[in-house]
Amino acid sequence: MPDRVAIVGIGQTYHRSRRDDVSLPEMVGEAVRAALADAQLSAKDIEFFIFSNMEAFEGIYLPEHGMIAEVGATGKPGLKVTGGGTTGAEAVGAGCHMISAGLYEITMVVSWQKHDCGDATAGISAAAVPTHAKGMVVGAVSEFAKQALSYMKESGAREEHAAMVRLKADRGACRNPYSHLKLGLKSVDEVLQSPYLVWPIRLYDFCPQSCGACALILASENRARRIHRKPVWIVDFEVVHQEMFRAGSFGDPTGTETYSQDIASERLYKRNGITNVRKEIDLAEIYEPSTWEEMSLYEHFHFCEKNEGWKLIERGATEIEGEFPVNCSGGVLATNPIGATPVIRIAEAALQIRGDAGEHQATRDVKTALATALGGPNWTAMFLLKRSL
Amino acid sequence: MAGKAAIVAVGQTKYHPNRVDVNEAELAYEAIKQVLEQTGLTLSDIDSAVTCCQDAWDGRTIASLNLQHVVGAHFGHEFTVAEDGINAVYIAMSQILSGRYEVVLVESHMKESQADKSLIENAAFDPIFMRQLGLDFTAAAALQARRYMEKYGITPEQCARVVVRNRTNARNNPLAQERMAITVADVLRSRMLASPIRLLDAKPISDGACAMIMTTEEKAKKLTRKPVWIIGASSCYETHYLGDRELADCDALVKAAKKAYSMAGISDPLSEIDVAEICTEYSYQEPLWMEGLNFCGRGEGGKLVDSGMIEMGAQLAVNPSGGALAGNPNGVAGMARVAEAVLQLRGEAGARQVKGAKVALAHGCTGICGQHHCVMILSKE
Repeated sequence: MPDRVAIVGIGQTYHRSRRDDVSLPEMVGEAVRAALADAQLSAKDIEFFIFSNMEAFEGIYLPEHGMIAEVGATGKPGLKVTGGGTTGAEAVGAGCHMISAGLYEITMVVSWQKHDCGDATAGISAAAVPTHAKGMVVGAVSEFAKQALSYMKESGAREEHAAMVRLKADRGACRNPYSHLKLGLKSVDEVLQSPYLVWPIRLYDFCPQSCGACALILASENRARRIHRKPVWIVDFEVVHQEMFRAGSFGDPTGTETYSQDIASERLYKRNGITNVRKEIDLAEIYEPSTWEEMSLYEHFHFCEKNEGWKLIERGATEIEGEFPVNCSGGVLATNPIGATPVIRIAEAALQIRGDAGEHQATRDVKTALATALGGPNWTAMFLLKRSL
Repeated sequence: MAGKAAIVAVGQTKYHPNRVDVNEAELAYEAIKQVLEQTGLTLSDIDSAVTCCQDAWDGRTIASLNLQHVVGAHFGHEFTVAEDGINAVYIAMSQILSGRYEVVLVESHMKESQADKSLIENAAFDPIFMRQLGLDFTAAAALQARRYMEKYGITPEQCARVVVRNRTNARNNPLAQERMAITVADVLRSRMLASPIRLLDAKPISDGACAMIMTTEEKAKKLTRKPVWIIGASSCYETHYLGDRELADCDALVKAAKKAYSMAGISDPLSEIDVAEICTEYSYQEPLWMEGLNFCGRGEGGKLVDSGMIEMGAQLAVNPSGGALAGNPNGVAGMARVAEAVLQLRGEAGARQVKGAKVALAHGCTGICGQHHCVMILSKE
């Protein structure tokens, strides 16, 4: 196992549909300064910067180059990661590698998306192979509609269960000062009144396009204990990709496909001796673009048996007060600045471990947490975090 | 740094002005196929793939989507960097040294021919204060060239000599795009793009791909008789606003080089390095980057060009391959420098071979007037 790396600084902006009050570098600077303040470091202490963002969603080429001064990276080494939805997770992975390789001791992941200067759905539609798939990819909603249909058919979950996922997310989001959508929803019926986008996905079943940024400071074991009173350890991670739009990458009408989540879980849990996920892990922050996907992810990450994800929702097991809280922050359903979304999952899981999540702190004590990311044609990243080594 | 990271195979396509016959994955696989054949590996042996993709140039978001099936990412690990492929080499190095991955495939590709250079580059400028000026990287490079000439007395003739040497060296490189027999007068007569940069002073539009296999010290010995080791590496960013920078100096490159030299134990680069592959997209950049790399003092890059010390067979061979000036796409240019350095150290550079090369330097840069630099020192031992 490589050297352990700890999270020693966490900073996020609040999230909105528009941030007309700030430029892109100014918005990112808010998160960077918050992370530095959390770690009680100054920018000159950061040895290596990793930038995470999808530039097609904003229409800015080399956007990190425009913010070098604002984030304190002038005269510093660094690079940019650009791997779709999972890009933030891969950026955190790169921050870990640079440290465990012995090349640097303190790295910073700087992640963001400012959707008000672009259009993510147009961007995602441009992922299609131009020669034969143009027009077939129409953003993410249609992919997750296929997923929802497959899940509905296989598991027996109903639209009411999807609505319960939104209610749970909204309860978390309303308690999270950084979250974007705070809808104040009270009942399943309210959710079921929202219009369909692509059947069976309703407006409230899907994640928003958010403007926001998140920065994480990572440090070697040696430095971490001296920087932060409560370092959170990244004990392991796993990233699993696959080809473009393989049959069944999201929707699987046959019920026989292997998902990237299955492979990633198997590898991560096996390496870390985890056999009973809900017993050995205390909380999860997962990347759930839709309500239906959240229930399906419970199963693929082995939070429950196959076709029982909706039952966890039904009995409130994954609520903030529940036995296995999932997405106390409100999750991606409430907040989705794409380049930063995986980084926020890791940041929120770390805040829970530190006990610093404020009003959305889980009721149970969180010593071990899982953070995941989803991207591309169903790629998966999983991070295992712990309070102590 | 625990252990060492080795490059055990390199592959490049021929660089070409317009590869309309292939898509990005097909182009990439031309280079990937070479490294698989050299090592006897198959895609299922790849523990991690690191690609360099530019969404803006590929015209696709998540441009690496296009590559998953040619880099062994079926239920495997793929990691995408932006900027230049030399950063992918750097990430691969960290993945190996961290002990997490054993066999890493590194890939970079670009079809510049299918995109609009000015339009994309203009989108890199700060949208509020600079983009409206209509600048692209060539126009910005012209500002930098002017400032450099003004401050240190570098002349258009010296820049033209850089062009002549690079494009003449390219005649020894079968992969080079523009292999030319030209004179200083030809360069100075070529069409003006943005004063003082003329057509032959600038890198042509180019398509191509580069691939490598990198691995651990232990595994390297099983895969090749001639591993090449990365013994020093670093990168550095300049600030963005041109008005905030002294364009005649390249402080970021100075810092990146200093750190790479210190890792590699190099104190006198001119005598300790045998061959340097420098990312020169515009001719004035070669003397300027040579200063940044401490091959000469500040403002002495022009004199170094005139001295003949960096010709083939002299003190330090600079760009025996012809470099980016002879045609590499951006995004591949820096990684191609690493590939060429590897070929030199393995003694496999054919007609462009520098005799007895033991230590090589590879440099890549990205952005406006070289806003990001990456420097690598490679060694046979």
